[in-house]
Amino acid sequence: MSVTVNHTPSPALPPPSRVMAGGPLGWVRANLLNGPINAAVTLLLAYLVVRYAISFIDWAFIHAIWEVPNDRFGRPDTALCRDNKGIGACWAVIGEKHRFILFGTYPYEEHWRPAIVCVLFIALYIVSAMRRFWRKELVLVWVATLTIIGILMWGGVFGLSYVPQERWGGLPITLILATFGLAFAFPLAILVALGRRSRLPAIKALCVLYVELIRGVPLISLLFMASVMFPLFLPEGMNIDKLLRAQVAIILFAGAYLAEVVRAGLQALPKGQYEAADALGLSYWQKTGFIILPQALRLVIPPLVNTFIGFFKDTSLVLIIGIFDLLTAAKTSIIEPQWQGFAVEVYVTVGLIYFIFCFAMSKYSAGLEAELNRHRVR
Amino acid sequence: MDTTKRRFSVRRLLAGVMGAGLIAAATPALAQAPAAGTNLIETIRNRGQLICGVSTGLAGFSAPDSQGRWTGFDVDYCRAVAVAIFGTDQNRVRFVATTAQARFTALQSGEVDMLARNTTWTLSRDTSLGLDFPATSFYDGQGFMVKRSLGVTSARQLDGATVCVQPGTTTEQNLTDWARANRVTIRPVVIERQEDNTAAYNAGRCDAYTTDASGLAAVRSTLQNPNDHIILPEIISKEPLGPLVRHGDQRFADLVRWTHFALIAAEELNLTSANVEAAATGDQRPEVARMLGRSGDLGQMLGVDNRWVVNLIKVMGNYGEVFNRNLTPLGLQRGPNALWTTAGGLQYAPPFR
Repeated sequence: MSVTVNHTPSPALPPPSRVMAGGPLGWVRANLLNGPINAAVTLLLAYLVVRYAISFIDWAFIHAIWEVPNDRFGRPDTALCRDNKGIGACWAVIGEKHRFILFGTYPYEEHWRPAIVCVLFIALYIVSAMRRFWRKELVLVWVATLTIIGILMWGGVFGLSYVPQERWGGLPITLILATFGLAFAFPLAILVALGRRSRLPAIKALCVLYVELIRGVPLISLLFMASVMFPLFLPEGMNIDKLLRAQVAIILFAGAYLAEVVRAGLQALPKGQYEAADALGLSYWQKTGFIILPQALRLVIPPLVNTFIGFFKDTSLVLIIGIFDLLTAAKTSIIEPQWQGFAVEVYVTVGLIYFIFCFAMSKYSAGLEAELNRHRVR
Repeated sequence: MDTTKRRFSVRRLLAGVMGAGLIAAATPALAQAPAAGTNLIETIRNRGQLICGVSTGLAGFSAPDSQGRWTGFDVDYCRAVAVAIFGTDQNRVRFVATTAQARFTALQSGEVDMLARNTTWTLSRDTSLGLDFPATSFYDGQGFMVKRSLGVTSARQLDGATVCVQPGTTTEQNLTDWARANRVTIRPVVIERQEDNTAAYNAGRCDAYTTDASGLAAVRSTLQNPNDHIILPEIISKEPLGPLVRHGDQRFADLVRWTHFALIAAEELNLTSANVEAAATGDQRPEVARMLGRSGDLGQMLGVDNRWVVNLIKVMGNYGEVFNRNLTPLGLQRGPNALWTTAGGLQYAPPFR
């Protein structure tokens, strides 16, 4: 709804594409096999794709080993898998280790608790993603869910046994770091972005300093600072949980990056929007809340989601401070001597989990973008 | 300054930063490490748990198993100290996984009570870090592994050989130092990750693979045919590994040291997890009687129960049992970690009296 004085007609949409002549075969002939060079490239690529697809399927399914027998000590005997190395995958490693990869060192008989936590997180994402739930009550749902998640993870009440933080691990850690990180970083980012465009020099300087300082160092050194340097500054006898320190570092880091994305949206708005809001006599917060932010954030959905996806994966950097997130748990699961050497199977599985989350995020953002920007496409 | 007040103000500060949502999270997160000058054994007893820093994962020394339980040689040392303090329960330990970079800070800042984390005892670490090595639990050293078919029996025959090695560690430096000192030309093939090193060695890209002997044994046990590979007898560096404690509480350091010595002495006196209970009442040897608390007050001098060695050996077994449980499956020989009574053995315990 850009406000312009001279109405310029929007450019005409291109005519509807031609109805496919000759069906899919005709499309292939027209687009992939037109001319000798194109035909050669198509055939070469098709050959490579088919060849690698076949050898992957061969490795992953046809020659794969799904189970291994136990030796006389009751431990899994992986000799079968070792002989099959390079020929077929050894999915037995996932069968044996999947609970460790997903939940880390959490007490084995209590694994249902982090399992419910993962389900709750995913349910929370789905509910928050639906536009019909975008009301004030959603905040209450978040607070309630996160409280339940905290109770389930820590326990110590309602007959649940207490589980200290250093025993948490796997997927819940990744989800906690990513969810809390982005949930706290996003409001922080909006404030910082507004602050950077403030007319008050002190606020502006503070925000610029924060963004530039945090963006100037890599996340890994910030995590390092939080885990190695920070405890030395505290009075002796005083410790702040390792996960909390990492979480604060991630929030601060994500906040700086997101602030720059939001600022881009603020700057992309035409000045007329600000002036019109002022002319209506709106206060600063009314102007920002009702006029500026709804338009600015809409503009920056793609880079926002880009940053979200990046941070979801960046949470795996906590491995350098000894927290067992999903990736670290996966790496640790193949340290036991009999399972060493089956890294590919484990990495493929973990990669799939990361992919599911990231792909869902990117698909959702594409849909959201199309829906919110519908008025722009006439 | 009143510590409760200080702690409270920090918590308020956090509240400002994190918002109300995380405050609930932060409350149980404020661990209660002891202030300087207090009795750490007493603090641990009041807390009900020993907090022990271990490696994030090293086969045979410390790694979680499929069910997430910590197992390994270093892990057993944590459990041993806990048993010494608490009596029979080996599960009164909280394991904190520490990376190589963060391990010393974790101990210095009081996040953990002790470290049992394959750390080499060196002069600079013993002095400038404000930490103490009470004992050497495992004598390690850098060695070489070659294919048996090569026909090499000594590292000195490796002249002109290519050797796979990890970069950035003392391993690489030890290799070049040793080659220069022995006038052997060695072509190092530097590969970042251990797994890639193993693969390169296995594929024949290098004639030999060098790392700590314990690591070599672990790698060898995972190769397709372990008997096709031999570990050469030369050990080219000294890597005494042991637990660490903070400066400032010698009583706790004493307890960790004598827990190690009790494991060694028990093996020397043929006390095992199976027979120690009977020996506590039946064995007439004077040293056994003193050690197991039938005569004298040795336990009380350390600040624990007089029957602490009985509990310790019953739950954990002696040094040999701990070694066999964790390191023998990797194919590790006792070597220098044998008792001083066998040839080449270095493990020695001062008398219990």
